[in-house]
Amino acid sequence: MNPIREVVATAVVLPDANVDTDRIIPARFLTTTVREGLGRNAFHDWRYAQDGKPDPKFPLNRVVGESVLVAGSNFGCGSSREHAPWALLDAGVRAVVSTAIADIFRNNALKNGLLALVVDEAAHHRLVEADGAVLCIDVAQGTISAGGMELARFTLDPFVRACLLAGVDELGYLMQREPGIAAYEEARACAV
Amino acid sequence: MHTPRTLFEKVWDAHVVEHAGADAPAVLYVDLHLVHEVTSPQAFDVLRARGLRMRRPERTFATLDHSTPTLPRGADGERPYTNAAAKAQVEALERNCSEFGVDLRGWGSAERGVVHVTAPELGYTQPGMTVVCGDSHTSTHGAFGALAFGIGTTEVGHVLATQCLLQRKPKTLAVTIDGPLGHGVAAKDVALAAVAAVGIAGGTGHVIEFRGSTVRAMDMDARMTLCNMAIEAGARAGMVAPDATTLAYLKGRPAAPRGEAWDAACRRWLALASDEGARHDREIAIDARTIRPSVTWGTDPGTAIAIDALVPAPHDVASRKALAYMKLEPGRALAGTPVDVVFVGSCTNARLPDLRAAAEILAGRRVHPRVRMLVVPGSEEVRRLAEAEGLDRTFLAAGAEWREPGCSMCIAMNGDVAAPGELVVSTSNRNFEGRQGPGARTVLASPATAAACAVAGAIVDPRTYLDTEAAA
Repeated sequence: MNPIREVVATAVVLPDANVDTDRIIPARFLTTTVREGLGRNAFHDWRYAQDGKPDPKFPLNRVVGESVLVAGSNFGCGSSREHAPWALLDAGVRAVVSTAIADIFRNNALKNGLLALVVDEAAHHRLVEADGAVLCIDVAQGTISAGGMELARFTLDPFVRACLLAGVDELGYLMQREPGIAAYEEARACAV
Repeated sequence: MHTPRTLFEKVWDAHVVEHAGADAPAVLYVDLHLVHEVTSPQAFDVLRARGLRMRRPERTFATLDHSTPTLPRGADGERPYTNAAAKAQVEALERNCSEFGVDLRGWGSAERGVVHVTAPELGYTQPGMTVVCGDSHTSTHGAFGALAFGIGTTEVGHVLATQCLLQRKPKTLAVTIDGPLGHGVAAKDVALAAVAAVGIAGGTGHVIEFRGSTVRAMDMDARMTLCNMAIEAGARAGMVAPDATTLAYLKGRPAAPRGEAWDAACRRWLALASDEGARHDREIAIDARTIRPSVTWGTDPGTAIAIDALVPAPHDVASRKALAYMKLEPGRALAGTPVDVVFVGSCTNARLPDLRAAAEILAGRRVHPRVRMLVVPGSEEVRRLAEAEGLDRTFLAAGAEWREPGCSMCIAMNGDVAAPGELVVSTSNRNFEGRQGPGARTVLASPATAAACAVAGAIVDPRTYLDTEAAA
C-alpha cells in the first residue's frame, strides 16, 4: 500500500442516509476472484439510466477525476463485502466522510487506503455546503479544508493512522506477533 | 473479588493474545474461521503472493453457498451456474482449499450448506469461541454464546495467515426481551422488533447480548434467527448466554466434545453467562407481548410493522424514497398488497423448524397462481431431515419449488432473482433496494407469514391459516 498523507479531491455530496453495500456494489457483481475492475459497477443501479448511460442526476457522474464522497449517515451498512471499498477506490473515490459509518465497511475501507472519516454534524454541514469544491484531507493533522480554510476535524485510531501514513498493511504487523500467538496456543492447550 | 463481567467480556478476555495499547489494537485469537467462495479468493491470493502458509487449516471450515445454483445438474450433466464467473469462483475455492489443506464441504458433501446453517448443526460452533467469516451474518453463531462477527477479505487473509485479528474492544448493548410470544409470532418477528427498537445504526460499535425470558424460552434455531439479524441493527455481533437449551442442542453433534471432555466443556460453557452486577454500556428492553406477526414496509430492515398496522407517513427523505421504491402508500394497510414471489430460505430462516412452519401453512393448500414460491433448505442436512419427514412433498404438492441448499434469493447472486418491480415476501434478512434483483421489492417476514402470503397471493396475517384456538 502506498503511504497516504494527504488526499486532494473534489467533494461530491451523496446525502442519502443508510447507503448500504448492495447499493455501493450489487451482489451480482461479486462473482469475481480479483479486486480490480469493480469501479465501473460502483453504485451500478443508481448511477446508470435504463439505457445503460450514466444518469446525470447521480452526483458522482458529475465529477471528473478523484472524489471525496460526503455521505449521509450510516454509510456502508449491510454486508461485509470488501468489494464495496474496492469498487469505490476503483471509481476514483478516495475518501468517504459522514456523521456515521457502518463498522465493517469502515474497517474494510481503511485497510485499503480508502479514508472513511467520521465528523460531527456541524462539520458535515459545512462539507455539504462545499459540494463541488476541492477538499484537502490531511491525515496526520486530522483536518479537512477547502481553499486553506478548515472545514472539519476527524480522529483516526492511532494505529490505523500510523499504517496509512507509513503505507504499511496490518498483516506484516500481525506476522511479527507470531511468538505471542504460539505462546497463547500452547498455554491454552495446557489449560484445557 | 473479581469484577463482574459480561458474557462478551469473558469470551473477549479469553482470546486476547496481546492487549490493546494506545498505539495498537488488541491481537485477538480466532477459534473458528468460516470460509466461502465469495470473500476468500483475494485473501488466498495474498498468501500466495507472500509465500505464506495457512497457520491453522484445522480451525477452518469452508463450504460453497453464495454463487452456487440451487437447481440440479442439467441434462448435459453440468451445474446451471448463472455465469462463468460464478463457476470460476467456486472452482477457485476448490483449488485454494486443496492447495492450503482445508477440508472443503463442497459439491457432493453431506456437510455442504449455507455456512451459518451448516457449521452450527455439525457442532463446530461452540460456546465461548471466537468465530469469524467474510460474511456479516456471522453474528448468527452468537446464539451459542460465541463471539462471532463478519470481517472483510483483508481480514480473512489475516486469519488465514495468523489465526488472529487486530481488534479494538467494542461496547456492549443488552437487549432484554421478556414475556410470552403471542399466537403466530415467530423468532423472525422478534428479530425484526429488536432491529426496529435498536435502530439500523443503533448497534454500531457494539456487541448485543440478547437476554430475558423470551430468549431463554427460544430453541437454538430461534436464537440463531435472532442473533443473525444483530448486524441489521449495526451490531457486528449478537450473543445469547449458553444454558441447558444450548447444551441439549450440541450434545452428540459430530464436532461436539464427547465423554469427559463434554462434561468439562459444559461446566466451562455454563460459566460464560454474564455475572450478577456486570454492566453493559447501554440497555434496551422489549416487551414480547407487544410483538405481532410483522412485515417490513421500507428498504431497510428497521421498518417492520405489525401485519395489521398501517404503512406509516414518511418522516424524512429516506422514508419518502423508500415508500416510492416500494410503491406503497402511507396510511394504508400492507395486508392485501399483491405478492409475486415468496422466498423461504437464507441463514436467517432455512433451518428445519422454519421449513416446518412454512409447511404447516401450505399443507392441504395451494400457492396462489400469481405467486412463484422457492423453498431453499439451509443445508444438505436440513434438506435430508426435511425430506425424511415429507416436507418437500408438502411444498411440491402446494406448487412451490423445492431447491438445493444455498443462499439463493437472499443475496440473489446465483441467478435466483426477482424481476424488476416484483414484490417478494422473503424470510431473509435484508430488504435493501435491488437486493433480490434490480428493481425488485422485498418484504421481510417469518416463514409462516411468507407461506401464508404465498397461499393468499397477497400480504396476509399468518394467523388466518393457523389453528385459531389461541388467537385472541
